[in-house]
Parts: sequence; structure tokens; C-alpha cells
Amino acid sequence: MASLEIVDVRKSYGETLVLDGVSLAMEPREFVAFLGPSGSGKSTLLRIIAGLETADSGEVRLEGRRIDALPPGDRGVAMVFQHYALYPHMSVFDNMAFGLRNAGVPKAEIETRVAEAARVLEIEAHLDKKPGQMSGGQRQRVAIGRAIVKHPRLFLLDEPLSNLDAALRMRTRVELAQLRQRVDAAVIMVTHDQAEAMTLADRIIVMNDRRIQQIGPPMEIYARPANTFVARFVGSPAMNLAPVDLVEGGGPFARVKLPDGAEVETRVAQAGLPKGGVLQLGLRPESVRVVPEEEATTSAKVELVERLGERTLVYATLEGGQPVTAEDKGASAVRIGDRVGLRVDGSAAHLFGADGAGHHAGAAAAA
Amino acid sequence: MNARGRLGGLAFVAPFLLAYTFLLIYPLINGIILSFQHVDLFGGGRFVGLDNYARLFADATFLRSILTTFMLALMIVPLLTILSLALALALNRATRGAAIFRGIFFSSSVLSVTIVTLIWRFVLAPDAGLLSETAQALGAEPIPFLSHPTWSLWALAITTIWWSIGLPMMLFLAGLQQIPGDVYEAAALDRASRWATLRRVTLPALKRTVVLVVMLQTAAQLQIFGQAQLLTGGGPGGSTRTMVLFIFETAFARWELGYATAAAEILFLLIVALTLAQYAATMRGSEADGGR
Repeated sequence: MASLEIVDVRKSYGETLVLDGVSLAMEPREFVAFLGPSGSGKSTLLRIIAGLETADSGEVRLEGRRIDALPPGDRGVAMVFQHYALYPHMSVFDNMAFGLRNAGVPKAEIETRVAEAARVLEIEAHLDKKPGQMSGGQRQRVAIGRAIVKHPRLFLLDEPLSNLDAALRMRTRVELAQLRQRVDAAVIMVTHDQAEAMTLADRIIVMNDRRIQQIGPPMEIYARPANTFVARFVGSPAMNLAPVDLVEGGGPFARVKLPDGAEVETRVAQAGLPKGGVLQLGLRPESVRVVPEEEATTSAKVELVERLGERTLVYATLEGGQPVTAEDKGASAVRIGDRVGLRVDGSAAHLFGADGAGHHAGAAAAA
Repeated sequence: MNARGRLGGLAFVAPFLLAYTFLLIYPLINGIILSFQHVDLFGGGRFVGLDNYARLFADATFLRSILTTFMLALMIVPLLTILSLALALALNRATRGAAIFRGIFFSSSVLSVTIVTLIWRFVLAPDAGLLSETAQALGAEPIPFLSHPTWSLWALAITTIWWSIGLPMMLFLAGLQQIPGDVYEAAALDRASRWATLRRVTLPALKRTVVLVVMLQTAAQLQIFGQAQLLTGGGPGGSTRTMVLFIFETAFARWELGYATAAAEILFLLIVALTLAQYAATMRGSEADGGR
């Protein structure tokens, strides 16, 4: 049986439509990330699942039981809020025990569950403290503990790492990954950080502009983006997109011409492409390499160089003004203002039709 | 800091310091000096030491006024706090109706005490007042609000609560709006009933506001005066003569300025002592709470 099922959920605030017919189904114990920019509707969807917002239409089911008409506390979900939302006047123990007491769980059972969660989260020493006496990372653990003790069927995490500093974020990310191994429940995490989504989730649901743009495992989202939005949003730095013309020819794969005249032999099947109309070529920076003049397929003028240590990112413009991001080795000699040769790896190229839909190498077009 | 900077700084605080010195410090000290003198409005005073204070503690009228004042404060402050909190809880929502009612409930605070007592005289008057007319229409005996010693205290309390409810209500509303919404959402996910949410989330967050309201209102109601003078004139039989009314009568009807000032100093000390005691009690409470 599916864990969470959402069927055609719509929501608007007054005139403003925020969710336009969203549907999805989760596997049992699956970790799903809602990934999207601010205003994409991902938080609203999470709040509808939690019962903190009401959908205008559509259904929400958890393990076969319809929950969209139930009050939040009766849905079998637990939520970790972005700003933790701990009860400031209760001790850590009471913060975790409050929901269990309200649910009428026996006292001994409450103590067992809280002690277990505190042990797992390493906050046993702080059970008598108030949230105000704890650091951000410790509060985050209490918030997670408060969710764990309820033994929910579904965890909802709203931007769980956004309030932590960089070092703590990495550590908490690892802990979240361990957490999901321990709990027998599905997890939904809302995030705008693609690295979090890529590293933690079994599947990513990319949202933008009120709709789900793509659902898939992280590597599929990365390798076969459904459209230009997903292509640009996932991956850092963003994928290069350039308008291209299809070169007429008989081969099975599409051959395209960049504005500066350079041609790229892709591995995208010609058959699946839309006839006529505008095409865009999509290239990840790692498939555009800085190479010596004699190996180059095109050349560009360097605008900015970012040295990251193990590699160097080169922001440049092609003849005709088309911007392109390329990669070079860590010890790159490239400087701003240089003209450099670029070699495009056509086998890793993506093509996008006028409607934005992506066409990728190796299989029929994934719409 | 150099001398020039110090002078500049002093220039900025000078206007306030001058006003504060002449309007507060000087009268305070002058009052203390006056309370050790036998003095009337005509001619100078004569130093009498603690004579005024000794007389006061033997003066049954004064001692009774202390009791009356504390009775009134006890009747007003708890009720006022609970009612204003209830109003704030009911009106803490972003609807147009709530905004209108907030305005209505606050509006009584802007009236002067003369108008407030006039309005309540219409309501409480024994012969033709609203309450007595209503009671008579229902065939009941009207309550003698202004002529019975206990009921006239209640008349003062009700009038005062009606008049003063706006400010504490606003303080509670401000306190409520400081509570982040996600805590309530967490409570909803924790299956908290409305009662549990009020008791475990809202009230603890309002603790400081409650303390503030109780402290402000205690200090204010111990100085209750206008209502007592205008609604009951201290009667019947001196049963509603408050401390400030006693001070007023002593100073401006019997012209015993030194004696009245001594009474005022006692009132001042009582208010300071009570406020400090409340403050100390709360501080101890919040330390046990561990900070916030």
C-alpha cells in the first residue's frame, strides 16, 4: 500500500492560485524532498498534508486512510518546524511529552519513549532545560525528538537545516539520513537547497509555479531534467542553455549549431524531437571543458574565474554574446579577459523544445 | 571621552534633567519636608517632627481609608486583569469585527473621570437609574448601589473596571501578538485541546504581561480618587473614603497641608513597598523558570 497519496489538490488564497492540481504517491518508508524556489507552493503542500491549511479540493490519504478532513493531531503525522516552534516555557522533557499526554499515552510509556528519543538524539543531559538555554542545534534535536516520540506514520520536515550554520548543517544532514534508517515511517522534507534534496531523498519532487515539475530519484532529476526549469534549478552552477538550430542530416542523433556557428553532435534521438520550432541546447558546466586551441570545438572570452580548488569554473561568452559556464582543472592558468578554447561533450548534451520539455541521450524523449 | 564631549552629552540630557528635577525630585523632597511641619495655606510652617505621622496612626478616619483603599484595589485588580485578558483573547484576531470591538472597549479609557461617573450615575442611581428601573420592571428590589456601604464599594469597582479595561486589554493583545503562530501549529499537531493550549502555551507566554498589568493597576487603584469623590463623595458614612480622597479633604477642605502631606507620604511608601514586593516575587519566579 502506498504511504501517502495526494490526489489533485488545489489551493488558492483569494485570487492567488498557489497549488494547481497536485498529485503524487509515496512508497512506504520513502524519503521524499519537495524542492523548489520560494513561492513554488511546496510549503503550502506540506501544510495541507499536516492539516495546518485546508485544500480547496482534492484528497490526501495516509496508508489508505483519508486524512484531509481530520484535525492535525489525528492524522498520524509529525512535523519539525523551520523555526522549531518549541514551547518556550516547558522543559525539553515536557516539550516532547506534551503531545503524548494530550493523546492519553500512559505515563510510564511516555517516559520510555522520551528517554529513548533523548538517547538517540544525545540530548539526555538537557531534559530539564528550557529551549531558551539551548543552542540552535540542540533545539533542532528537541524538535526532531518531539516528532519521533509520537511514532508517526509520516514525518514532515519544513526546511529543517535552514537555520543551522554550515558545519552543523552538514552534521545534521548526516543525522537526518541516519534517522530515516531508524524510523519506520515515510519522510517528506521541504527544502530550497538542492544539495540537501540530492543527498537525503530517495525521490525529489521539483516544484515551481504552483505545479510539480518533475518527480524522480536525484540522479534522474540531475541527468534527465524534465524541462528547462528543472535543468536550471538542479545542479550548481546551473546548466548552460543556448538557443540552437537543428542541422538537417540523416543520422539517428540530433546535430545542432550554436549561434557562433560551432556544431555539436548530441546523443539525443532525432526521432523524438519536435518538428521545426526553437530548440535549446543544455550543457552542464562539466561537459564544457577548457582545452588547448587545437582540441577546441569553439572559443570564448573569459568574464570571471572561480577557483574552487579541485576544479575551476570559467564564466565566459561565446562569439555573439552567448554566456557559457565551463570547467577547467584545479590549477587553471586562465585569467579574466583571456580567449580560451572550449570542447563540448556532445554525448552529455540535452535538448529542450519550445515548450521547455527536455529530450535526453540514450532513450526516447522524457516529457 | 573629552571634556567637550561630556558637555555635549550633558546638553542633550539637560532639558529632561531640569524638568525631572523641578517637576518630580523637588516636589518629592519638598513633600517630605512639609510632612514634618504644621502648616496651612496661609503663612509659613512650624517644624513638629513626627507629630503628623503619630496623629495619622491614631486617626480612625485615616486608618479606615487605608482599609477601604485596599478593599477597592482587591476588588478591582483581579477582576480587571481577568476580564481584560478574556477580552484580549476574544478579540485577538484579524477580522474587521474584532478591530471594531477593540476600538469600542478601548474607547472608555479616553473619557475623563467626570464623564465616566456621570454615565455610571445614570446606571446606578437608586431612584431612576438603569439598573433600578430594570430591577423594578422585573419586580425585584433594586440594589442600593450608592447608599449601602458594601454596594457602594462595588459601584466604585464596577465603574473603575469599565473605565480602565482598555489599557490592560491592549497590553494583553500586544503580548498575544508576540507569541509566534508556529507554536500554536505545533500544539495543534500535539492534539492540544483549546484549554490545554491556553493553559500550557498562551498563559505562560503572557506571564510577564500579567505581572505588568497587576503592578500598574495596583499602583493606579491605590490612588483611586475621582470616582470616589464624584460618585459617592466618600459616603455613605465614609465607607468609600479612599486614601487620596482623605488627603484631598484634609488638604483642601481642612487646610492641614502638613498632615495631608504626611498621609500622602504613607501612601507613597505603601505603593513603593507593594510594587517592589510584586517585582521581587516575579523575579524569583522567573529565575526558577530559568531565564525566558
